[in-house]
Amino acid sequence: MDRLDLGALSLHFLALWFVAVGGPSTILPEIHRYVVEVNHLMTSTQFAEIYTLAQVAPGPNVMYVTLIGWQLAGWAGAAATTLPLLVPASTLTLLVGHLNERYPNAPIGRAIRRGLTPITIGLMFASATILIRAVNHDWRGYLITLLTVALVLRKPWNPLWLLAAGALAGIVGFV
Amino acid sequence: MTQTEPDRPQIGAFTLFLTFSWITLSGFGGVMFWARRVLVERRRWLTEREFVDLLTLGQLLPGPNVLNLTVMVGHRFGGWTGAAAAVAGFLGWPCLVVIGMGILYQRYGALPQVQQALAGMSIVAAGLLLATVIKLAMVLPRRWRPWLFGTLAFVGVGVLRWPLLWVMGALAPWAVAAAWKENE
Repeated sequence: MDRLDLGALSLHFLALWFVAVGGPSTILPEIHRYVVEVNHLMTSTQFAEIYTLAQVAPGPNVMYVTLIGWQLAGWAGAAATTLPLLVPASTLTLLVGHLNERYPNAPIGRAIRRGLTPITIGLMFASATILIRAVNHDWRGYLITLLTVALVLRKPWNPLWLLAAGALAGIVGFV
Repeated sequence: MTQTEPDRPQIGAFTLFLTFSWITLSGFGGVMFWARRVLVERRRWLTEREFVDLLTLGQLLPGPNVLNLTVMVGHRFGGWTGAAAAVAGFLGWPCLVVIGMGILYQRYGALPQVQQALAGMSIVAAGLLLATVIKLAMVLPRRWRPWLFGTLAFVGVGVLRWPLLWVMGALAPWAVAAAWKENE
């Protein structure tokens, strides 16, 4: 893809959102594959940095999708990645929300939830490994990643403090 | 469940817009916490139980789960205009903020200090995601089947780097059918 084809980009995101059960982290591997590995529109490091920027901003973490679109093609790019996720998902939600109020205990709902949860977790694990490989270049980076995991699992701290500590570690040249 | 529609209060579109703007703009590092606090504790639009039910349903549907919750709450209290107003408040501001950060990134992202700070934060952000996954995985039942499906999804998408649509197309119907059988 020499010139960015916005139509193809938004169609790809549209297809993605129908399988994005479990939230925006499950489609990260696929967006990375499409944007970085297949079409070479940005580097893996840029991808990870954009993800991080969106994490630092207020709002839902799905905003990394908007920012990737914006980075690729400005406002049109942001619309091309964000709207395909917004419109079909919201419409379906309204429809199912309505059905659910009528039939709150349908067994098919339970089966879908129980069946898809493990897949969602597997996909999020894939996202985490892709990001970890994109951002870490030596043992010090891996050490900080592990330390972050240990702290989050043990302490109820606001993640923003950890991000600030990471920024500091970067500025003083530790990583 | 009995029909409770008649006594459900109607809430104006502007109030919905403001409330969801407030939720999303307080949501540094995750909006779920603030959604619960505002909708259940402050505004008392939902009971604890209703909140969990809507959130679970939002998780089950494609799309970000808190966005799905926003759509359902907006629709429940304000119809179609309410849903649109809630979503506009919930997504509009973060969109502007994040694009503002994108502009700063394009302008100053190449400065050495900014590069170093971003590199450090990115390492932490990757760790935060891994920690979230571990927390979620701890509530999976200790049986072989869920772990098998999780592992297959990870290997297909994360290691072999196959397209997500193929992997989901192959795994999802199989996993749901297996869970359906277990129910019976």
